[in-house]
Amino acid sequence: MSQTVSPRKPGSSRKIWNDPKFRSVIYQILAILFVAGGIWYLVSNTLHNLSARNIATGFDFLTREAGFAIGEGIIDYTPADTYSTALTVGLLNTLRAAVIGIFLATILGTIIGIARLSSNWLISKLASVYVEVMRNIPLLLQLFFWYAIISESFPGPRQAYNPIPGVFLSNRGLKMPTLEGAGVTWILGGLFLAIVLTLVLANWARRRQERTGEIFPVLKPALVLFIACPLVAWFISGADLALNVPELKGFNFRGGMTITPEFAALLLGLVIYTAAFIAEVVRSGIQSVGKGQWEASSALGLKRGLILRLVVLPQALRVIIPPMTSQYLNLTKNSSLAVAIGYPDIVSVVNTTLNQTGQAIEGIMIIMAAYLTVSLSISVFMNWYNKRIALVER
Amino acid sequence: MTTSSNTTEQERPPIIKARPLVWMREQLFNSPTNSLLTVLSVWLLLMAIPALFDWAFMQAKFSAQSGQECRQVEGACWAFIGEKHRLILFGTYPYAEQWRPLLAVVALVALLLLSTWRKLWNIWLLLVWVVGMTIVGVLMWGGVLGFTYVENSLWGGLPVTLILATFGIALAFPFGVVLALGRRSNMPAIKTLCVTYIELIRGVPLISLLFMSSVMLPLFLPEGMTIDKLLRALIAIVMFAAAYVAETVRGGLQAIPKGQYEGADSLGLTYWQQMRLIILPQALKIVIPPLVSIFIAMFKDTSLVVIIGIFDLTLAAKAALTDPAWQGFGVEVYIFISAIYFVFCYSMSKYSQALERRLSTGHER
Amino acid sequence: MAETLIQMHNVNKWYGKFHVLKNINLEVAQGERIVICGPSGSGKSTLIRCLNRLEEHQKGEIIIDGTELTSDVKDVELIRREVGMVFQHFNLFPHLTVLENLTLGPIWVLKTPKAQAEQEAMKYLERVRIPEQANKYPGQLSGGQQQRVAIARSLCMNPKIMLFDEPTSALDPEMVKEVLDVMVELAEQTGMTMLCVTHEMGFARKVANRVIFMDQGEIIEQNEPDKFFDDPQSERTKLFLSQILH
Repeated sequence: MSQTVSPRKPGSSRKIWNDPKFRSVIYQILAILFVAGGIWYLVSNTLHNLSARNIATGFDFLTREAGFAIGEGIIDYTPADTYSTALTVGLLNTLRAAVIGIFLATILGTIIGIARLSSNWLISKLASVYVEVMRNIPLLLQLFFWYAIISESFPGPRQAYNPIPGVFLSNRGLKMPTLEGAGVTWILGGLFLAIVLTLVLANWARRRQERTGEIFPVLKPALVLFIACPLVAWFISGADLALNVPELKGFNFRGGMTITPEFAALLLGLVIYTAAFIAEVVRSGIQSVGKGQWEASSALGLKRGLILRLVVLPQALRVIIPPMTSQYLNLTKNSSLAVAIGYPDIVSVVNTTLNQTGQAIEGIMIIMAAYLTVSLSISVFMNWYNKRIALVER
Repeated sequence: MTTSSNTTEQERPPIIKARPLVWMREQLFNSPTNSLLTVLSVWLLLMAIPALFDWAFMQAKFSAQSGQECRQVEGACWAFIGEKHRLILFGTYPYAEQWRPLLAVVALVALLLLSTWRKLWNIWLLLVWVVGMTIVGVLMWGGVLGFTYVENSLWGGLPVTLILATFGIALAFPFGVVLALGRRSNMPAIKTLCVTYIELIRGVPLISLLFMSSVMLPLFLPEGMTIDKLLRALIAIVMFAAAYVAETVRGGLQAIPKGQYEGADSLGLTYWQQMRLIILPQALKIVIPPLVSIFIAMFKDTSLVVIIGIFDLTLAAKAALTDPAWQGFGVEVYIFISAIYFVFCYSMSKYSQALERRLSTGHER
Repeated sequence: MAETLIQMHNVNKWYGKFHVLKNINLEVAQGERIVICGPSGSGKSTLIRCLNRLEEHQKGEIIIDGTELTSDVKDVELIRREVGMVFQHFNLFPHLTVLENLTLGPIWVLKTPKAQAEQEAMKYLERVRIPEQANKYPGQLSGGQQQRVAIARSLCMNPKIMLFDEPTSALDPEMVKEVLDVMVELAEQTGMTMLCVTHEMGFARKVANRVIFMDQGEIIEQNEPDKFFDDPQSERTKLFLSQILH
């Protein structure tokens, strides 16, 4: 004879605080209250403190006159311009350092990454030493180091080095001649034409290969185009080209273009530091493509150049691009160290502004907003790109 | 039909010529491009290394009475380092008491070394860290056990760098773990809070956080309350590091197979028991190498506190340069502290690589 | 008399000090199907990988279809067009569709126009019985399907010799048969010259002209399948057979 145990009636004795859904709601409400309460407490303290020190709030200061000079910039600026103009100059300086830095660091980093994989022992060891040394020394220190070398070891403008006519190297920076005249536009037009023609040629070559199977080498004609088109354009323009050469007048040079010691030190530091990390990313990306891929493609009879182009690099790039982008982001964020060596990037300009107006919170918010915008846009782009090229799997 | 061959005479490999020559041929000159590259590199090295050696050793001055003497020589002025090394290493800490920060540095290094001892990877490690950090605090501040009190505006140099880095990651670690768990939570409010924090912090440079904490924290506090400058820097570093720790730990949590969570559930464990006993021990073991990388990065990033005026190793170097009697030896001093940073970071990164190798063998079949 | 396609004379290979191939002498005639078996480390994979220069032999000569295999790049390229290889781990190109995997070689090495290459590729896909997978990516296929694609990929180059390096060892048991069936069909219907390193003895009995047993870098015994399995001569062969046929 079996005894039946009467089942508990559902719902009758279930305590509400044991219900996971109820608990989760309570936890979330508590969390939000805690965070909101904390924020309210901090904000009220802040407002109180600000009024006690007679510091204004709000962004009206942006329309006021700035009153300080900025060492270099892409757009024209005088101390009579507003704070918002000053901030724009700072932002453009940041972007200038970031874009040029990313470009140069990618090239240098890729070369070193490939050198690490070289079959030449000496080259691969030199590359390893470079990577290990540059990765383990703080970037700020490297910036100070380069700045010290440039300002201490280079002579004054009057004794400047003159390696090539028109190029002067001193502790006031690198002076180079610039090209001026109508010929410049023509040459740029010629370059543009060369690009277009190369694309057309490549397209035609691809179609031809699909039709007949024969491969047309596009590289050499492309090189010819890139040299010939600008040359022809220059000729047509009547060879109207002038060099604006820097000349020593008084204590410094006039004319030409300048690369200041601050910008040079920042660029050197950023590029050399980030290239070490990029080299590792490239190296591990290429190594991530299994040996079997090399073997299978060479078993088919493909030559080394084609194997790299058709099989290895496409796969390597998938592995390389995400960490590469995060290195680009790091470089952009690291450009903020410019404030330590006097390059007027956005952090440096905001720093001056905030010292003058006392409005620290608005200033820091501007800095964070600027960097967040860049970071988030790069992240969004990265996620989209990753989804698009992901290898299709079950 | 063919039968087996019984000839098993031992043949020797092709005669190996004098080893170094063969090695050079295979490794350095195995193709026209490689030969060219080797020649170029050797030429560059021959140009650079003797000149560097000359500057650093042959023509250098190792002892001098003043900057003038040193400037007369073409080579490096290591005398400057000899003269200033106490300032660079210990900042403005009272001269007679400098054995205390020295001991503190030794204690911190010992703490780090102890943490690499795998037998200690359990709750005892927590105890060791708490004890270690207390010892460091006592040594640096004093005021107890007969040590004279030294306020932290006088601290400087290497101890400050080490304290910021180790205390920073020690405090950021639990914070980061909580953030990672929060990000993976099913509760939307908590998840959003954690995600917002992490993405916000990772999107901005450390400098902005340092500015924020050095300038804004005093404003956040009620009137009358002040907050120590070093503490402000530490708070910024902890907030920054926690976001990166959170992402790394999240990766570790994702790597744990779902079966582990299910097994723990089926045993009837609560959420916190699951985490404490089953999931976190495994996840944290997986992420130790990336955590060491974060620590190395934090160690380097402590140099940024220069910008808010905290006297770390880098600022100490700059301070040494301001002495009017010894002007213009920036290169020497930066090389000196680069060497210090390099020794720490390189050893940590080698450790991390060795650890990764050892840990991965446990997971492979 | 069929012409001799592969000749190996006194081939020796060392990995550092380790003597992995010892005085290998082997001749393979056109249309022959050879199965090579032996314990792991016996050098059987190394032997066939020497035939398309994925490994280099240090002593002796290898002559394939009249061309000697040396470090001369032109000779190697020529020979790789004649010799197709199927790998244990398939080695399909994951970023290309199945069809693109098959047409890569013909388009870039044989300089075939695209449309023609695709047509032939579809023919071979039908031969290995998976024409409907042409536009899928390798990651979407099962192991057996991937290996069949790998076989089709090698066949698209119209080789004279097909090498198989343990083609079914990495497959789940239920997929081994579908790949072996394709290989049997290849042998019986096309008269392709095949060298196959495998442990699948049923396949050997069905299709092979010769079974070769290798141990510690040497060819110990070779014979027709029936005689090889039923009446092994050497002690080592007997030991090996007793270990794998249980």
